[in-house]
Amino acid sequence: MDKKLEPIVKAVQSKFGATFEEFRDEVHLFVKPEQIVEALTLLRDEQNFELLSALTAVDYYPQETPRFHVIYQLTSITKNLSVQLRVPVNGTSPKVPTVTRVFGSANWRERELLDMFGIEVEGHPDPRRLLNPDDMEGHPLRKDFPLGYEEPQFTFNFDEIDLRKPYAKE
Amino acid sequence: MTQIEEVSLDQYKHLVSERALTGETMLLNMGPQHPSTHGVLRLLLELDGEIVVNCIPDIGFLHTGVEKNMEAKTYQKAEVMTDRLDYMNTMGNNLAYVMAVEKLIDVDVPARAQALRVILVELQRIASHLVWLGTSGLDLAAMSMFLYCFREREQILDIFELVSGQRMMTTYIRPGGVWRDVPVEFEKAVRDFIKVFPKRIDEYETLLTKNPLFIDRMVDIGYLSKETALSYGVTGPSLRASGVDWDLRKARPYCGYEQYDFNVPTRTEGDTYARYLVRIEELRESLKIVEQALNKLPLGPVRSENRKFVPPPRSEIGVSMESLIHHFKLWTEGFPAPKASIYSAVESPRGELAVYLEGDGGPKPMRVHMRTPSFDNLGVVPQIVKGYLVADLVAILASVDIVLGDIDR
Amino acid sequence: MGVEQKLGDMGVVTTTLESVVNWSRTNAMWPMLFGLACCAIEMMSAQAAHYDMSRFGMELMRASPRQSDLMIVAGRVSKKMGPVLRRLYDQMPEPKWVIAMGDCASCGGVFNNYAIYQGVDEVVPVDVFVAGCPPRPEALIHGVLTIHEKVKGEKFKDLAVK
Repeated sequence: MDKKLEPIVKAVQSKFGATFEEFRDEVHLFVKPEQIVEALTLLRDEQNFELLSALTAVDYYPQETPRFHVIYQLTSITKNLSVQLRVPVNGTSPKVPTVTRVFGSANWRERELLDMFGIEVEGHPDPRRLLNPDDMEGHPLRKDFPLGYEEPQFTFNFDEIDLRKPYAKE
Repeated sequence: MTQIEEVSLDQYKHLVSERALTGETMLLNMGPQHPSTHGVLRLLLELDGEIVVNCIPDIGFLHTGVEKNMEAKTYQKAEVMTDRLDYMNTMGNNLAYVMAVEKLIDVDVPARAQALRVILVELQRIASHLVWLGTSGLDLAAMSMFLYCFREREQILDIFELVSGQRMMTTYIRPGGVWRDVPVEFEKAVRDFIKVFPKRIDEYETLLTKNPLFIDRMVDIGYLSKETALSYGVTGPSLRASGVDWDLRKARPYCGYEQYDFNVPTRTEGDTYARYLVRIEELRESLKIVEQALNKLPLGPVRSENRKFVPPPRSEIGVSMESLIHHFKLWTEGFPAPKASIYSAVESPRGELAVYLEGDGGPKPMRVHMRTPSFDNLGVVPQIVKGYLVADLVAILASVDIVLGDIDR
Repeated sequence: MGVEQKLGDMGVVTTTLESVVNWSRTNAMWPMLFGLACCAIEMMSAQAAHYDMSRFGMELMRASPRQSDLMIVAGRVSKKMGPVLRRLYDQMPEPKWVIAMGDCASCGGVFNNYAIYQGVDEVVPVDVFVAGCPPRPEALIHGVLTIHEKVKGEKFKDLAVK
């Protein structure tokens, strides 16, 4: 871990009771969903982490508690450091509070979270789907959503796939 | 299929001002197919006469499902999909993904491969800025810029074809190094380009930089302040034109960038003209890096020796039994990655391009997330466009330099 | 020898109405700007000075569907874009042709998943498929010449059935 990062990690640990782990000189801090807005405000105002680089989630499907980890990657330009905060969220009715008041870029990123994972964001000013069509059912990046793979047409199955394919009429 | 659909205002009520609901301002759809939107972007504009009151982007028309598709392929085969995200910066996308994989599986890269990577990525940066210059010239009705810029770009694409066989989607940079060594004509081709290009940049500058019409359309338009830029996650030339000196090549050097001597152009005005000047300067700086890297190109292997993760060269397979077995295992099964996650970033022509990669012990990635710069760069456009004319909106969109493949993934 | 020689000296040319109509259709076919993704950049390269497409009659790219007769679908078509594509195709006046440029428009390309149409012929009827990812500008020009061949061979009685 970078020497300058140690006091920051200690501050977050002591204030929120967060655990952390390290992998190849990256630091991941685990926080609870209720604490995330306060943690981000603390890091932005007192520790100069001005940039929210990424906001995404991971789905650990067969495992139900926690099923999702929501990931916030912060970068500090003045100190040249970065830290990652992870929020474990359950599978049944996943919810996370919005951070749009702390960082403006979270607006679209949380809409993407809603669209792709179905994680509800409490207090978001504009909760609509972002990338998929509005009338789509399901959330694509969950592990139990099928890929939608179409079999390649070889000579032995060419005709049966040809009959199934919805060609356009005039 | 061709009936007229009633579009209700309900889903946008919370985003437009109250004047739209009474009919005082007009809602105009700048649809997905439009010559000036640089791709399939739909903008819903609320106009008071000619002045833009609100701008609501609607994206997702190029959504490709890349992140989900990469979970179904092995690490090597998934790299093919990364080229096609930001299609102006194909080598850079490959580099971002490959650096993430190399950090995850802890594989070293030889020095010659690093130098080749730097040369090709900087040439790609020049090609991307040339397309930006050509298309923004086209948007502002300077049509000859388009033809001049594409003439230079053809020279760069010829170099890519020499090296990898493909003009755009090369997949030349692979985990462990590069695909194969460059042919003998490579050095001469790059030196010819270096000799010709500086005069061409001067030509573009004489056409545009002091042109009074250009200055009229670009100065004091689309002001982006430092605080707004940082809050909205803007990176790249747009951030540097607003006064923040942040370039990942200098702050967190990768691929041997610390050996090369170059400047990072920064400006403080934050308007469209400043963004234009920053990118023109970057063309010159990238050319300096290419020249230095070519002069210092070391000899040696172009691929790592770690055969558990990197396939052996074809010449070895006919001779050695272990190479044959390694090749077989790598192409049928793939290599196992540790059960951990990393986040690795590079500097693309548009900003910070990063990959969040999580492995689960098997040969296929469990989660790949690409943090693309154009997503946040477009997110800030509704804030900087308020109060300007529709013609200025076109100039602002051109200066922010978005690529829809990056946004919609 | 024969009728053509004698009439040609007097400044008269004999031909069929079909060949005149087809010749005029091929020599000034205006494509509609429908660049979606990476193939659009190669289409722009084909229009630029190095591989010039205006020598084949495609001088301008009109953005409006009402003023064009060829639609070059360049790039991947997502499920959200499909209805837009169909509506633009319906707005083009007859006669109209479609070139599916690139692998993603022909068959879904590299992307075999929930979000991309596996071949744009699920949305509009296609005349010529151009393969490549992205196809070289010369390949696109070859596709355009193939459409010219196809149009030169069209007969009125086939068109009347539509």
